[in-house]
Amino acid sequence: MLIEGPAVVVEGDNIDTDVLFPGSFLNIDDPDAMKPYLFEGLDPSIRDRLSPSCVLVVGDNFGSGSSREHVPLAMKAWDVGCVLGRSFARIFYRNCINLGLPVVTSPDAAAAAIAGEPLLIDTDKGIIEVSGKRFEIAPIPEFMAEMIDSGGLVQWARQRLER
Amino acid sequence: MALTLTEKILLAHTDRDQITPGEVVLVRCDVVMANDVSGPVAFRAMEKMGADKVFDPTKVVMVADHFMPAKDARSASLQKRLKDWSDDQGVTYYGQGRGGIEHTLLAEEGWVTPGIVLAGGDSHTCTHGALGAFGTGLGSTDIAACLALGEFWQVVPETILVRLSGTRSKYVTGKDVILAVIERIGVAGGTNQVLEFTGEGAAGLSMDERLAVANMAVEAGSETGLFAADEVTAEYLEGRARREWTAEASDPGAHFSDVLEIDLSALGPLVSKPHSPGNVVPVSDITGTKIDQVYIGNCSNGTMTDLRQTAEMLRGHKVHADTRAIIVPATQDIYRRAMAEGLLDVFVEAGAIVSTPTCGACFGGHNGVMGPGENALTTTNRNFKGRMGSGEAGVFLANAYVAAAAAVAGEIVEPHEEH
Repeated sequence: MLIEGPAVVVEGDNIDTDVLFPGSFLNIDDPDAMKPYLFEGLDPSIRDRLSPSCVLVVGDNFGSGSSREHVPLAMKAWDVGCVLGRSFARIFYRNCINLGLPVVTSPDAAAAAIAGEPLLIDTDKGIIEVSGKRFEIAPIPEFMAEMIDSGGLVQWARQRLER
Repeated sequence: MALTLTEKILLAHTDRDQITPGEVVLVRCDVVMANDVSGPVAFRAMEKMGADKVFDPTKVVMVADHFMPAKDARSASLQKRLKDWSDDQGVTYYGQGRGGIEHTLLAEEGWVTPGIVLAGGDSHTCTHGALGAFGTGLGSTDIAACLALGEFWQVVPETILVRLSGTRSKYVTGKDVILAVIERIGVAGGTNQVLEFTGEGAAGLSMDERLAVANMAVEAGSETGLFAADEVTAEYLEGRARREWTAEASDPGAHFSDVLEIDLSALGPLVSKPHSPGNVVPVSDITGTKIDQVYIGNCSNGTMTDLRQTAEMLRGHKVHADTRAIIVPATQDIYRRAMAEGLLDVFVEAGAIVSTPTCGACFGGHNGVMGPGENALTTTNRNFKGRMGSGEAGVFLANAYVAAAAAVAGEIVEPHEEH
């Protein structure tokens, strides 16, 4: 899988899903209607920097706390191409895989990313290029890579149900 | 080969002969649960999967608890969707006036027994580890697959053993035990791992306190917080359990990724300061902090034990003139028992308000959210920025003794007998 897009840097560690999508908006169940509230409790201006196939660059333990899928659903609705981070909280990481939203862990590449500069992620070759610098990444585990490639858990489950 | 309790439970729910930490396995669910927030999102995904029926209606439970009673038309629509879907699928539905907060409720209603796998569309599903079950929180698409197929993918986790020793002093509760653990390992210290609590200090915790401990395992990043079943578990499940169960434990010689030793006799009451559950200090460090609202309730600490502790501090006293107090029994059953014991009278007499069971203001949904510049002292599990409303509010997490004492004093104080 090849992902290419500008970096949108989200500063800070332990960014929780409450600030990414505050609880008072959890009465929304339509993904398109979730878009205006992504990053609402952290910094609403981050939404202005999003563009199709952009790469969100995040810190350690990103997406901690609540299991609310509204966060990666809203990211998908914004056409975010990938989330690149130092490390991820478990449920957020699962949710991304399940939605077919590529999620890549690389502390070095995340540290080197510059806001607005292009990022190239090649998950097959296991490399990330950041402003001319190249970083090797551990391959996404096979099961998760297949899940993302097939478009996520919805398609994966559909195939199992058809069998 | 010596296995951890988690490995035993997961292995029994796969088609495998053996499993190893780090492997991805498909795990069968004994109970699948969702609420008025996670359920409707899951139903959309389930439809896209092409599934019109759940894998087994006897294993599916839906609970309206987050925006219950509905705060607005949109919330009402979600609850209607949850009920209509549940009726259509023939699954158990706990609605307004008939249930309460999902985790406390499922334990109380006997859905949770040792050794089961419970997949819940809520991160605090780790609460069910208190009963020796692999209860774990998942997102809505995961829940959709669980509803359709009865299974979810899982990376087999390692286990951190938390050995609790010593005798607690009077005002130290389950809440303080888990805050001490989070302080020690940090908010990501248990990521992709399970916390298993053991030792005489674990054996000495009541089921209500175990629920409080397990509930906040996810605040250390953990998948669940396990207590192997013992006499306390058996007594709790007597007349309650919906299925036969046997007690299992980690094998002698099982591999743990880490072992933490915590001496409970050295613990005093603790508080997590804004804006992280890991920002833990002794109560004595922050006495005098002005508190605008005390909130006692939620899936970690809204039990009879918490309400009794609250009443002990409020009886014969008034809530401070500059402080509001909201008390939220976690379930209808707890509400009635508190009424029968006269606790609700103590609360109302003191000037607190008593609310119907709901997740309410804990997640900033409704029913007592905070304004800018205000401080809340709560028995809930998260104090992230904006968690209870305004991003300019501060949330302090503590046990019910500390919370109720602060309600009387109008500021954070160390709980004493005279309260």
